[in-house]
Amino acid sequence: MTPAPRTSRRTPLPDRVLLTALLWITAAAYLTPLLFMLASSFKTADSVLDPSAGVLPRFSDAAQAIDNYRDVWTDSATDFPTYLRNSLLVAMLSTIGMTVSSAAAAYAFARMRFRGRTALFVLVLATLMIPPTVIIAPQYLLFKQLGWIGTFRPLWVPAWCGGAFSIFLLRQFFLTIPRELDEAAAIDGCSSVGVFWRIILPVARPALVVVALLQFIGSWNDFVGPLVFINQPHMYTVSLGVYMFQSQQGQTPWNLTMAASVIAVVPVLIVFLLAQKAIIDGVATQGLKE
Amino acid sequence: MSIARRRAIVPWLWVAPWLLGFVLFMLIPSMMSLYYSFTDYSLLEPPVGIGLANFAELWRDPLFWKVIRNTLAYASVSVLVGTVLALLVAVLLESHVKGRGAGGVARAIIFLPTLVPLVAAALAWAFMYNPEAGLFNRVLGVMGLPRINWLGDARWAMPSLIIMGFWNIGTAMVVYSAALRDVPRSLYEAADLDGVSRLGRLWHVSIPAISPAILFNVMISIIWSLQVFGAPQIMTEGGPDHSTYVYQLYIYESAFRYGRMGYASAMAWIQLLATLGIAGLTLALSRRLVYYRGAV
Repeated sequence: MTPAPRTSRRTPLPDRVLLTALLWITAAAYLTPLLFMLASSFKTADSVLDPSAGVLPRFSDAAQAIDNYRDVWTDSATDFPTYLRNSLLVAMLSTIGMTVSSAAAAYAFARMRFRGRTALFVLVLATLMIPPTVIIAPQYLLFKQLGWIGTFRPLWVPAWCGGAFSIFLLRQFFLTIPRELDEAAAIDGCSSVGVFWRIILPVARPALVVVALLQFIGSWNDFVGPLVFINQPHMYTVSLGVYMFQSQQGQTPWNLTMAASVIAVVPVLIVFLLAQKAIIDGVATQGLKE
Repeated sequence: MSIARRRAIVPWLWVAPWLLGFVLFMLIPSMMSLYYSFTDYSLLEPPVGIGLANFAELWRDPLFWKVIRNTLAYASVSVLVGTVLALLVAVLLESHVKGRGAGGVARAIIFLPTLVPLVAAALAWAFMYNPEAGLFNRVLGVMGLPRINWLGDARWAMPSLIIMGFWNIGTAMVVYSAALRDVPRSLYEAADLDGVSRLGRLWHVSIPAISPAILFNVMISIIWSLQVFGAPQIMTEGGPDHSTYVYQLYIYESAFRYGRMGYASAMAWIQLLATLGIAGLTLALSRRLVYYRGAV
């Protein structure tokens, strides 16, 4: 890789200050909606709607903050502890499936020669072009015929078939693994399964982690899937639960709606803080051109 | 089975899960949808073939044309402005001088919104747009400007959704900044020798060099923005006065609210073909504009 082109050598100081200021203003703007959500979740139902009350919560509202989150957590019309469990279950199942089967397909595309390989890989990439929501209605009918409506299966089984972006990302990574490693293992009597298991997967761990994290977040955040496929309240995921909580009859106060939203964001935020660099680097590979 | 035969089968076993998923969850539903588009199907009774009647009805349906106009307006502004914005932020990040670490924090902050669950994002923005206590009107108030009923005014609802979309430029920004980092230094040095200005470097060197990444992102953005659904569903339910009623929302309500699966399927297929057509057209038009290194 060529070293990053930096303008530093030629950028005069005033420009540098300006660029830095611009960058931080942009970052602050992007953080604002999340901070506004958090601040509003600490307020009382009255002060959250009072334009003269100031954007930030008052220190005296500290008890209110705890009350808000407890009200959401123990709300009788919704059941966030259960939604959290549901989301976790669906996200974990689909993460495991997506990682395993995408790795398998990527292994074939990276390491095996077979007729139709290129055409098949183009087909994999072409599915990126198909808007998922276009086929969601007939998918619903299909799942209904399979008897899957009323179960979590529509939300996680398809992930066990892998996904275009994950396959692409893993294949790119597998291609960077030296073939000598495979060949040495094959000489030692390793089958293709053995090479995959003992050589490829351990070496590709960083890429596998990225695929798993992105799938976990994607599954956790999914709104349309649960909206269409899940119709029993005790099976709501967090996303669907927050939506239903907000649209319950009567207007849900904004401070509680924001608290529920914060609950939905926190797990994703934790994952991001733990693996921020891996996730961003993984997303950056989308721009790779063969 | 001969060894040669077995060796020919093995790769297909590895791709079998994907292939199975493609057939079961994409191909079959697409074909079902194609079939239903020629039927009257209320979900309660078996589908009845009605030929092209769904398409004929769509042609005369003013709401159909309305959602097309709304969706195209949303998509074109979102893709154009979103791409420029993502590029500018990426350039800003990459030209950011000192402190790689600080740049990394800014990058992470700007990327973070793309990971926020859509429902939480939509609700946070709905409250930011709140006429009384929302952040936007508070700022307008401080500046002494008249308040705007963002989501409640048919003239402002769609622009509000578009502005909210710019919160999600993170993926494009990350891709562009990675691509910018890959631009060979020799190109910049050649430009320096020619005495090209900073803006000139951006326009004549950086942007052509990363044009494949731009094309890829523009294609993906077009596809995604044409099927916008979650934000209007949660924030405006298509209103007020159908001003944010988008194509995907009409499909969803036709299928699941009015129980008109045939009508919804006809719309879905029109969308699929139109999306592929628009993406193909973009690809064709971009031929002259995209520069592949080594291909010259």
